[in-house]
Amino acid sequence: MTVSDVRIDPDAERAVERTPRPAALLGLIARYPLGAAGAFVVLVMIFAAVFAEAIAPYDPEDNAFEYMFTPPGAQFWLGTDDFGRDILSRIIHGARTALFVGFVAAVIGATGGLVLGVASAYFGGWFDLIIQRVMDVFMAFPLIILALAVVAVLGPGIDKVIIAITIPFIPQCARVVRSSALAIREMPYVDAARACGFSHARIILRHMVPNVMAPYLIMITAFVGQAILLEAVLAFLGLGVQEPTAAWGLMLKSGAEEYAESAPWIPIFPGLAISLAVFGFNLFGDALRDALDPKLRAQ
Amino acid sequence: MSMAGAAQDTGPGAASKVRKGEVLLQVKGLKMYFPVTEGIIFRKTVAQVKAVDGISFDIRKGETLGLVGESGCGKTTTGRCILQLERPTEGEIVFAGQNLVDLDARALRPLRRKIQVIFQDPYSSLNPRMKTGDIVAEPMYVHGLEPDATKREQRVKELFSVCGLSPNLTDRYPHEMSGGQRQRVGIARALSLNPEFIVCDEAVSALDVSIQAQVINLLEDLREEFGLTYLFIAHDLSVVRHLCHRVAVMYLGKIVELAECDELYDNPLHPYTRALLAAVPVPDPEIEAKREHQTVKGEVPSPINPPSGCVFHPRCPLAVDSCRSEIPDLRELKPGHWVACTEV
Repeated sequence: MTVSDVRIDPDAERAVERTPRPAALLGLIARYPLGAAGAFVVLVMIFAAVFAEAIAPYDPEDNAFEYMFTPPGAQFWLGTDDFGRDILSRIIHGARTALFVGFVAAVIGATGGLVLGVASAYFGGWFDLIIQRVMDVFMAFPLIILALAVVAVLGPGIDKVIIAITIPFIPQCARVVRSSALAIREMPYVDAARACGFSHARIILRHMVPNVMAPYLIMITAFVGQAILLEAVLAFLGLGVQEPTAAWGLMLKSGAEEYAESAPWIPIFPGLAISLAVFGFNLFGDALRDALDPKLRAQ
Repeated sequence: MSMAGAAQDTGPGAASKVRKGEVLLQVKGLKMYFPVTEGIIFRKTVAQVKAVDGISFDIRKGETLGLVGESGCGKTTTGRCILQLERPTEGEIVFAGQNLVDLDARALRPLRRKIQVIFQDPYSSLNPRMKTGDIVAEPMYVHGLEPDATKREQRVKELFSVCGLSPNLTDRYPHEMSGGQRQRVGIARALSLNPEFIVCDEAVSALDVSIQAQVINLLEDLREEFGLTYLFIAHDLSVVRHLCHRVAVMYLGKIVELAECDELYDNPLHPYTRALLAAVPVPDPEIEAKREHQTVKGEVPSPINPPSGCVFHPRCPLAVDSCRSEIPDLRELKPGHWVACTEV
């Protein structure tokens, strides 16, 4: 305070005290009850996927023909399918397939879109024009048709399914991230960074990317939900994961085609699992958006 | 426009407020046209927004030059051209003997250290994801001024206290601070590179009047302490009078009058400057109510299609026929007092 004649309220000068972690977590749950419900679904899914062998009461691929079409009951909580396989065990193992495909596809797709979107907005001009027109071409295809086309070219298999799901995600995320990044690019703090002579990489990575993290993370959570759905659709159409691997789409397929009326528990429970998973990820994503905004966090 | 040598020519009788000495920054015939384009792939330019249309001025070391004018007259664009945030269409910006317009990004980097900026809006001029201490430290890190992290932190705390902020605040995010505090962080960031020249782009316009006074005093103190030179862009004429040595008045991309501060306020010559000063309200409500108000008629013309001749002629009370066709040059009517008008 040598130069200025100004004094600031001494109370305001103390360093900000930040809330300790457990209390902060409780506070978050209280503030975002729906998000907490979504997070609970997500956590249960992750738990089921990681510890599938330990939790599942039966082997998901073990045919037991003497128990075919057993309705839900004490022995088989969710019943058995046309091969006598325990549906609960298959749903628990199916979570592993769904989450693996979902997370890998969402993270790769959203990150690719993040990089392309921010770079496109920052550099502008011809670079932006070309990137955006290429993205337009991909956006012109409906999500499922594009994924189908990719699988048709590459063939079935879990790695090809991931590629097929990732490709339509990139332009979606790039578009959303670019629109945020365009606004960020005009912010005075980006001008200040340029006036300080920072490199393009530093401005993009330190000043622009952190400020588009909110749409990026929301896109990821939305993508995980969408990817789980898409993986199920591809499996349902016979283009994704192949029997006898436990996957929700496959279970729905065999159940819905033949046994929707005679043994409704076969398609209903995997269908519920898909819906619940997508719903959970979407709720979680919405709450994450609010929680990540530093302005909202500070009340 | 024969303004290149204008500042040095300031007569010996000039008031003591004007600094003499070496010219730090010279703007020569600066033009910044923004194209208005049509078409997506085959772009063609259908018109040009002449944001800045051939202006020239000098700024001497230790001086504060005020740049005033109404919204859209090109004052901010002028500042952005000097900062090399925009590449000018034409003209030269000579800083420390080098024409910034000719330099590529790499050659510009060491010079960027010397020219810094303070923005109008303290809310959007700080990266919301960085702690204020990091915002001030980052330029020093990038330019290798203070490679040692502990020393850098020390220097950040020094800069904070120089700018009237508690050093404890380095740990805060911008949104945890008040507008005045943030503006001080912006000033600390500008100072972190030991600049010689600072563009203050409406640096106090977004602040409350009481905070404005504090920040203006701070800017004055810093000028004395660090020998800074300011280009002070503003629309508040009383602030400019208090802070500046010389003032340039802009209208529609051109400088219409340039003079020492007191000379300009006491003896405005250009009809636009007169109208501008007449519009400043008098603090006494009784006098203000009785006083005769002379407003300029009409609207500001579009910079896409500015009037021929003198850009002010459609609204000018003194306009004669020749104003429609003749573009008036800046003339030195008194020592150091330049006016772009043929009728005064």
